Amino acid sequence: MATDRLSAVLAAMADVDGDALSVLDRLCAASVGLLSLRGAGISLIVEGEVRGTAGVSDPGVAAVQELQFELGEGPCVDAWASMEPVLEPDLCAPARVRWSAFGPAGVEAGVLAVFAFPLSLGAIRIGVLVLYRDRSGELSVDEVAYGLVLADLATWMILGLQSGAPVDALHEHLAEEPPHWAEVHQATGIVAVQLRVGLDEALVRLRAHAFVDGRPLREIARDVVAHRLRLEDSA
Amino acid sequence: MSGEMTREQRIVQTFVELADTIVDEFDVIEFLHRLAERCAELLDCAEAGLLLADAAGVLRVMASSSERTEALELLQSQNEEGPCFECYHRGKPVLSEDLAADCGRWPTFAPAAIQAGFRSVHAIPMRVRGGTVGAMNLFRSEPGRIGEADLSLGQGMADIAAIGLLQERTVRESRGVIAELQGALNSRVVIEQAKGMLAESAGIGVDAAFARLRGYARDHNRRLSDVAHDLIEGRLEAVTLAFTSS
Repeated sequence: MATDRLSAVLAAMADVDGDALSVLDRLCAASVGLLSLRGAGISLIVEGEVRGTAGVSDPGVAAVQELQFELGEGPCVDAWASMEPVLEPDLCAPARVRWSAFGPAGVEAGVLAVFAFPLSLGAIRIGVLVLYRDRSGELSVDEVAYGLVLADLATWMILGLQSGAPVDALHEHLAEEPPHWAEVHQATGIVAVQLRVGLDEALVRLRAHAFVDGRPLREIARDVVAHRLRLEDSA
Repeated sequence: MSGEMTREQRIVQTFVELADTIVDEFDVIEFLHRLAERCAELLDCAEAGLLLADAAGVLRVMASSSERTEALELLQSQNEEGPCFECYHRGKPVLSEDLAADCGRWPTFAPAAIQAGFRSVHAIPMRVRGGTVGAMNLFRSEPGRIGEADLSLGQGMADIAAIGLLQERTVRESRGVIAELQGALNSRVVIEQAKGMLAESAGIGVDAAFARLRGYARDHNRRLSDVAHDLIEGRLEAVTLAFTSS
């Protein structure tokens, strides 16, 4: 059942061993078990430049993830450029050769299939989640859906971290689904113009305000759209 | 415009119009919007809306005939309760002939719908290859039910909506239905973000902002989501959108 996917992801995250793991590492580790992967990694990209690997299922993955940026090609790079999932089920013998350098390098590192999902919320683009397998084969329909759910959750969590929510509170945030209320997106646009910032920062400010006020984000958003609330230009 | 036509002629014209829009440079958002408007007109409803489920199974709004804020609220409130919620999960049409009698059935949705001026509602499943991907919502301001013939037409419109959604496929690769639908949902988010930016820049309401975006897209034969992206990224100024035939 579709609605169980988010619960399954959250449960898998709670089950990951290791208290010291960052929440994004935890998400990557959880996806390995859920989708029987070799590994998973999240790269954050700002203005077209990789700013860092934000999460990995294990240290070995970081190298393959970063290799793509060194070579300037790979599923992560393509998913970022197109803002659409990039699915390569057979890195050894792809239907269409697209990564003449990364392909062989990946295979040598034991990766035989890669699936990249952009991290975005409308026009807000923050990075890419890449899933790696050591066997070739397509993702099933259900697995693609899981990839999309993981990507949405990662996006929401990264934006949550940026809004200053303390790491402890993230467990509540984890239970809170990413918002799909139109007013949240409208308020994001409004705040972006009011404060002269990008959409990503506008959303972060809205969430920070909601967190400090102890009110649901949706309510804050409604107030902004109805001009009952105007976020101030604060540091 | 349609004054001289019979209803049958209008139905035929609608199907031709919708079929014509499924071509190159296809704009799925505009397509669904037009389909919702035609549904409201042909099925004699006060409001028609289309909801689509995302990868996590959450129902989200893709289009409504009026795009008014209250209508959107009522549609998106159904991700936990209401006719569309039931319709999506059961894969079968769901009906309330009188919302006043169904406040127990839908304690949050029914009063809100009545408040918005609606008294009866139908939800029709949108189906793709045997699975339900969302629901079409038809609201009326009087109690009662839509006739069988009209319901068949409604199901036909819902099926066309599903076909249209799957046309939004890039040549590049087949990522499956779920990824295509997620792409359409993401386009909708871009439009909402642009609505907010334009509303604030131009000092107008979000509903009026939507009308301007849509008017500009039509006037220049461009996709709504592309226009929205251009506005967001500063390639299009708010003031340019003030001079549209909305």
